[in-house]
Amino acid sequence: MVAASTPPSLSVTLRVWRQAGPKTLGQFKDYAAKDLNPNMSFLEMLDVVNDGLTIKGEEPIAFAHDCREGICGTCSLTINGKPHGPGRAIATCQTYLRSFRDGDIIVVEPFRAAAFPLVKDLVVDRTSFDQIMQAGGFITARAGSAPEANGLPIAKGVADLAMDAAQCIGCGACVAACKNASAMLFVSAKVGHLGLLPQGQAERDRRVLAMVHTMDEAGFGSCTNQYECSAACPKTISHDFIARLNRDYLGATLRRAFQPEAATTDGGGA
Amino acid sequence: MNLVGSFFGSSIGRKIIMALTGVILIGFVVVHLVGNLQIFQHPDQINGYAQFLHQLGPLLWVARIGLIAAALLHIWAATVLTLENKRARGGDYAFKHTIQATFASRAMRWTGVVVLAFLIYHLAHFTFGVVQTETFKDTPPLNHYLMQNDYRVAGFTVVKAGADVANVHSMVILGFQHKAVAVFYIVAVGLLSLHLLHGFNSLFQSLGLRNAKWSGLLHKAALALCVVYFLGNLAIPGAVLTGKLRPQTAKVAAPAQR
Repeated sequence: MVAASTPPSLSVTLRVWRQAGPKTLGQFKDYAAKDLNPNMSFLEMLDVVNDGLTIKGEEPIAFAHDCREGICGTCSLTINGKPHGPGRAIATCQTYLRSFRDGDIIVVEPFRAAAFPLVKDLVVDRTSFDQIMQAGGFITARAGSAPEANGLPIAKGVADLAMDAAQCIGCGACVAACKNASAMLFVSAKVGHLGLLPQGQAERDRRVLAMVHTMDEAGFGSCTNQYECSAACPKTISHDFIARLNRDYLGATLRRAFQPEAATTDGGGA
Repeated sequence: MNLVGSFFGSSIGRKIIMALTGVILIGFVVVHLVGNLQIFQHPDQINGYAQFLHQLGPLLWVARIGLIAAALLHIWAATVLTLENKRARGGDYAFKHTIQATFASRAMRWTGVVVLAFLIYHLAHFTFGVVQTETFKDTPPLNHYLMQNDYRVAGFTVVKAGADVANVHSMVILGFQHKAVAVFYIVAVGLLSLHLLHGFNSLFQSLGLRNAKWSGLLHKAALALCVVYFLGNLAIPGAVLTGKLRPQTAKVAAPAQR
């Protein structure tokens, strides 16, 4: 059924953080965004504003985006202090203008974290997440053809839980929302996802120790158990994974400390 | 990394130190309150209890050193983590927004600082007698109290009737007759209760012993603990301020004449 009439348009004022580069000082600048379709996504509105800026010969607002269907984790933005905007379980690309009222002043800031250095305007560099993944967010497995589907039995409950953790798209909203800019929810999702599955067991201890070490090195904060992260997560990953990460880390630390050391690394013999 | 390095050098390790020292400190404040509530019984009770603790000698010092170490580690971890967390944010948000973090959790740092200030005053007041010296337990006439009955712990007589002990009962009551001091105590234990509300919940998460299945029950338990803890602590200065608790001066004077 087609709507009888187009919904009434709305106009808002965007108060956007503008910063030419990492070394320059940034400031807020107001932009009037007029006669917008309420069914536009937040990113589409920025496209429209940028078209206007380009026509006027001004520098368009830099913002990160890619798939625009909530699965890539590229879009960021803190909208009125909340990563990805006012909604729950959605990314910025799934935030629609109908979430706002005509005449609203909307404050748009980049994700703020020392470990996510600013590139330009609303774009931050989330390489530190990649570094955490490189430290252990994988399994060292034979990469041949796909194995027989039921060759490795995994209980339904475990598979479901691992899939919950695997939903993490690595957007960094948890870091942006956390009062301490902590990456614990991200790391706990990655550690939890692999640590729950049989394929992840061989490297389980090494993984958690390495990923937490890299997280600390990157300059993220620590968890004060306020759970702003899971509330802001577009994939609603539970902070229960953080408790699991803490448990894993404690266990791995104790096991490693009291593990005997191998006499040789050449497979024994001599 | 060795075991000590892993705990002291990593963010999660420091949180675990925070949680474990928190467990010790929560245990202490609860036991301390239960001991203090003996003030509502005959003066023999709390005076005998204080004498019993002093008789522990070296054991008392083991406990004291353990508690001091726990408190120092707790403060150290809090300070280091707070500084790291401030650094981790970098520039602050212009538009500050809290989605669901509780007031208790956001107030941890300043409730902690007020509790530390209170702790220092409390030790100066009742342990060292540096402030309100005139009503300190070592200052005559409060340094003498004649036990009327035996004080027993777990069925064993630890302080005999007739023993000459310090009058802690009168010290506490006279101390709290200063209105400002009593109000400061009430405010401080109120903030400590708020600190415990988040701390108790939080330590289970830091030790990995919490999930959605029982977090509701855990929160209710934390809330109950904090409310009971606050009311118990409120009762002592509250009873002094309202005149329900009075020092028993006649019995204080008697042994001093021996």
